[in-house]
Amino acid sequence: MSSHNESILREPLMTGKDITYAQITDDILLPVENKPNKAWWIGFIVACVGASLWVISVGYTFWTGIGAWGLNKTVGWAWDITDFVWWVGIGHAGTLISAVLLLFRQNWRNSINRSAEAMTIFAVICAATYVVAHMGRPWLAYWIFPLPNQFGSLWVNFNSPLVWDAFAISTYFTVSLVFWYCGLLPDIASVRDRATGLRRRIYSIFSFGWNGSVKTWQRFEIVSLILAGISTPLVLSVHTIVSMDFATSVIPGWHTTIFPPYFVAGAIFSGFAMVQTLLLILRKVLNFEHYITMFHIESMNKIIMTTGSIVGVAYLTELFIAWYSGSEYEMYAFANRVAGPYAWAYWAMMTCNVISPQLFWFKKIRTSIPISWVLSIIVNIGMWFERFVIIVTSLHRDYLPSSWAMFYPTWTDVGIFVGSIGLFFVLFLLFLRFLPGIAIAEVKLLLKSSSLQHKTKLVQEGAFPEDQVEFFKGSLEKYDSVSQEDINALRKK
Amino acid sequence: MSNTKYILGSFADPDDLMHGIEKLQANNISIYDCFTPMPIHGIEAKLGVKPSRLPIAAFCFGALGTTLGFSLLYYTMAYDWPMNIGGKPSLPLPNFVPVTFEVTILLCALGMVATFFFRNHLFPGRAPRVMDLRATDDRFILAVDARENTDHALVDSLLKEAGAVEVKYNERKYVSYE
Repeated sequence: MSSHNESILREPLMTGKDITYAQITDDILLPVENKPNKAWWIGFIVACVGASLWVISVGYTFWTGIGAWGLNKTVGWAWDITDFVWWVGIGHAGTLISAVLLLFRQNWRNSINRSAEAMTIFAVICAATYVVAHMGRPWLAYWIFPLPNQFGSLWVNFNSPLVWDAFAISTYFTVSLVFWYCGLLPDIASVRDRATGLRRRIYSIFSFGWNGSVKTWQRFEIVSLILAGISTPLVLSVHTIVSMDFATSVIPGWHTTIFPPYFVAGAIFSGFAMVQTLLLILRKVLNFEHYITMFHIESMNKIIMTTGSIVGVAYLTELFIAWYSGSEYEMYAFANRVAGPYAWAYWAMMTCNVISPQLFWFKKIRTSIPISWVLSIIVNIGMWFERFVIIVTSLHRDYLPSSWAMFYPTWTDVGIFVGSIGLFFVLFLLFLRFLPGIAIAEVKLLLKSSSLQHKTKLVQEGAFPEDQVEFFKGSLEKYDSVSQEDINALRKK
Repeated sequence: MSNTKYILGSFADPDDLMHGIEKLQANNISIYDCFTPMPIHGIEAKLGVKPSRLPIAAFCFGALGTTLGFSLLYYTMAYDWPMNIGGKPSLPLPNFVPVTFEVTILLCALGMVATFFFRNHLFPGRAPRVMDLRATDDRFILAVDARENTDHALVDSLLKEAGAVEVKYNERKYVSYE
C-alpha cells in the first residue's frame, strides 16, 4: 500500500500543514510555470558572463594551443587536470544520491535526487571539456576511441588508463543522462498536462507520451532499480579509473594502491559539499523549505563529515606509507608536500578537508544553515587544492634537480576554471527554469508515509506510545520549517 | 445506448483507489487501467498485472555488452595488430577488465531503457494518450470500459461508495487530442 505507517522515531521528510498532492505539484512547478524572479536573472547574467569567459579562454587555447597555459617541461599537467578531477568528483554525489541511496531505500533521497543528478550531468560536461582541451589538438579527440583508421588500422592502447578513462567518463555521462531523463518523464508529463498552447506542445514532445498507467509505472520502477544497481558499481569504477590515471604511473606520490578508495571517498565528499552549496540556496530562493528540510541538510552534513574523515585517514596513511616504504623518492615527495614550496597548498587542503568538516560533530553546527553553507564552500576549495597538491607537487620536483620548476597559471588557466563554474551555473539555472527541480512523483510518495502532517495525524489518533512522541517532538526542534504551533499540534486530540 | 466509451472514477487518495478496485472486482466489473501521478505499490498484484520481464532484457543486454566489449579488446589488441609494449603479453586480461565492464554497463542501461520505451511506446513527440489531465497532478484515475460493462449505474455507485470524488463519462478514449 502507498500509506504504510512509518515509525514515529523517524524524522519527517516533508513539513508544512494541509499539504495535498495538488499543492506539491503547484509548489514544485512554481518556478517552471512562472516568469523567473530577479534573483534568477541576476544569477543567470553573472553565470553568462562567467560562461563567456570560458568561451574566450577555451577558444584562445584552441587557437594558440596549450602553450597558452602555464605548463612547462617539468609540470606537464596542472590546472586543467586539477579542474577535470574536481568536476568529475563533484558529479559523483548525484549518482550516489540517486543510485546508492535508492538501493538502501533511503527515502530522503526523493527530495534531492533530481537536482543532484542534474548537477552530476553538468559537472561531467564541465569535466569533459578539460579532457578535450588538454589534448592540444581537440579536432583529433576522437582518436581516443577505437575507430578503424588509415594507419593500418592502428588501434588505441587498451592497457592505458587514459583510454579506460575515456570509456568510463563517456559511459558515466550516458548512463547518468538516461537515468535522469527517465526520472524526469512523469514530471515533464505533469507540466505538459497543466500547460496550454505552444508550451504544451513542447513539453509533450519531451514527455515521450507518458500517461502514468499501471504498466508504465511498474516498468518505470524496475528500470529505476536496475539503473541504480548498475550505476553504483559504475560510479565507483569511474573515480577508480580516474585515480589510475595517476596510480599506474611511476611518479612518486602517485604510484600508490590507496588511490582508488581514496579518490572515491574524496569524490563523494566534494560532491555532497557541492549539493549542499546548491540546495541551501535553492530551497530558500524557490521556497522548497518544506521539501528539502533540516533532516536532509543534517544527513548530508553527516556524510560530508564521514567522507571527510575517510579522506583525512587516507592523507595520514599516505604519509605513513611514504616513510614505511623506505623509498627515498616517495619520502622526498611527501616531505616536499608538507614543507616544500607548495606547503601552503598542502596545509590549505588539510585545513579545509580534514579539520573543518570535524566541526560537524556538533549538532548546533550541522543544523545551522549559514555555517553549513560556508563549510560546504570550504570543502570545495579544499578538494580543489587536494588535486592541485597531488598533481603539481609530485611533478614539479623531477628526478633531475636541474629540471626542478614551479608552476604559475596564466590568465587562460584561471579563465577556463572560473569560466567553467559560470558554464555550470548557466546550465543549472536553465534546468531550474524549465524542468522541475524536485522529483514531483517521488515526493508525492512521501506525503502519506513520512510527512509531518501524516505523522501529526497519527499521533493525534493516539497511534504511538507517549515516550516515542516525546522523542519525536524533540527531533522537530531543529527544523527551521516547523513552527512551535506545529509542535504543539501534536498534543491536540 | 449512450456514447460513453469509458467511465472514469477520479480519486483524491491512493487508498480510496485501491478500495475502488476491490469493490469493482468483487462485482465482477473488469478494470481497463489506472492512471496515477505516482507509482502505487501493490496495485499490479491487485489488478493481476504480471511482473515485468525487463530484468531479463537488462541481463541479456549486459551479457551482450560483456561479449562485445571483450571481443573488441581481443580483436584489436591480440588479433588484428598485436603490439609489443615493453615485452608484456598482448592478451593482458586484468587490463581488459575496466573497458569490458564499462561496455557491459553501457549496453545494459541503453538496451534496457530502449526496451522500456519500445514496450510502452514512449518516444519523443508521441501524442500522449491521457484519459484525464489531472492524472499527472493530483487525481488517481480508475478507468472502466463502458462497452464491456453495461451496468453504468452500478459502476457509478460503486466508485462513489469507494470514495471517488468525481465520476466522468468520456465519449472519447483520450482527452489529450482535443
